[in-house]
Amino acid sequence: MAFGRSKSLLVAGFSVCMLLFSNLISAQHEGDHGAHKPATHETAGGHGKKEGFDANEVIFDHILDAHEYHFFDITQADGTRKPVGISLPVMLYEPGKGFSAFMSSKFHHGHTVHNGYRQLDRHFMTEHGLDTMKTAGGQAMYRAHKIYAVDENGMPKAEAKVYDFSLTRNVVQMILALALLCWIMISIANKYKKGQGVKTAPRGMQNLIEPIITFVRDEIAKPNLGHKYEKYMPLLLTIFFFILINNIFGLVPGSANVTGNIAFTLVLGVIAFLIILFSSNRHFWGHIFNPPGVPAGIKFILVPVEFLGVFIKPIALIIRLFANMIAGHIIIICLISLIFIFGSLNRGVGWGASPVAVAFTIFIYFIEVLVAFLQAYIFTMLTAVFTGMAFEGEHHAEEGAGHH
Amino acid sequence: MDLLSVILSTTAWANAGGAIGAGLAAIGAGIGIGQIGKGAVEAIARQPEAVNDIRANMILTAALIEGAALFGIIVGFLAMVL
Repeated sequence: MAFGRSKSLLVAGFSVCMLLFSNLISAQHEGDHGAHKPATHETAGGHGKKEGFDANEVIFDHILDAHEYHFFDITQADGTRKPVGISLPVMLYEPGKGFSAFMSSKFHHGHTVHNGYRQLDRHFMTEHGLDTMKTAGGQAMYRAHKIYAVDENGMPKAEAKVYDFSLTRNVVQMILALALLCWIMISIANKYKKGQGVKTAPRGMQNLIEPIITFVRDEIAKPNLGHKYEKYMPLLLTIFFFILINNIFGLVPGSANVTGNIAFTLVLGVIAFLIILFSSNRHFWGHIFNPPGVPAGIKFILVPVEFLGVFIKPIALIIRLFANMIAGHIIIICLISLIFIFGSLNRGVGWGASPVAVAFTIFIYFIEVLVAFLQAYIFTMLTAVFTGMAFEGEHHAEEGAGHH
Repeated sequence: MDLLSVILSTTAWANAGGAIGAGLAAIGAGIGIGQIGKGAVEAIARQPEAVNDIRANMILTAALIEGAALFGIIVGFLAMVL
């Protein structure tokens, strides 16, 4: 009884403290704002120097696609920051103007107009009030890091449609990963053609790839696809290795986040969806539109649910891979950002936080290596399971006929 | 900005809602995956020779649960961003 009373007293006291502190902290916060506002304004005019550390900006610049590989900034003697990275080709098509192609370094990170185009950066947008402009639909009219056609004054025109076919870093990295994958696979295949590893022991890279291929065959294809598994092996192996190599490439520091891009996983999901549809038989559709042994009243609920399930399965595949990879990248960059968030409070706190943050980052990094393999396995596995479900009806029917 | 204006502003509510939703999704996934792990360990203890089948099914089911949780997290994220 006494314990219960003291607990409620504690809660009341704590609540009062929280209320008082919330006012105190917000007052301090307001004071901060007042003091910093002129400072940010000054620096915004001079060459994009950042005020403090904006974790949000760092995180989104890392996980989203970009027109260059950005590694780090060098603070120069005059206090401005010079970004260091690799610029990539930009290819644009504007109706009436035609194609234009140039390197993204021509934009000088949004500071200059090239060929009638400008890449917006956040400081330019806040300076000219572009970040608060909305379209009729309530969406943001201009987005940072996107390329817009500009008028004579160098201001972007949202109404001029520009089609961007650039080799962004996601595209470049995907092509690199694909080239590496093709080189590995073709060199191994040639070795097998010469007889190495067929009757003798496998050598070199064969030792690495052969167990994975037999794993996909024995653990994924055979249990789920039955006697038709050979037909699906090329597809499953391609999906597995393509996701795997892109996941691993994404873990290299400084690289792009390819598998954490919804467009990438969407294409894979649509391919899986088409494979499921094309391998389905009439038993599969029969079980969806006329489930056997179900009362007529239940069918009204069951049929729409089952029919939606056909689409939800690939959508779940898409979201799973996308969210897993993006979550891993966000966790790692958040842990690293913690150092700088603490460092902006106080230099000593920053140094104190860094060993903890780095230790956690390394721990998460190893988990991410596991996740890279696991997500490739799960995507392949579920594609095989859903494909197997789409054509297994006839198999069961034969078995049932045999038993009766 | 005192407590009242925090309560009245809509972005704070959206952020709180998104964060709480993500937390709830994580709780659900934690319970689900915990149940799978419990079931798998018990099954393996009972039948150690079936460990490979059990492991494959365990990972598959965990992936399905995780998919549902990630749906929740993505929706929570959209609530914060949109």
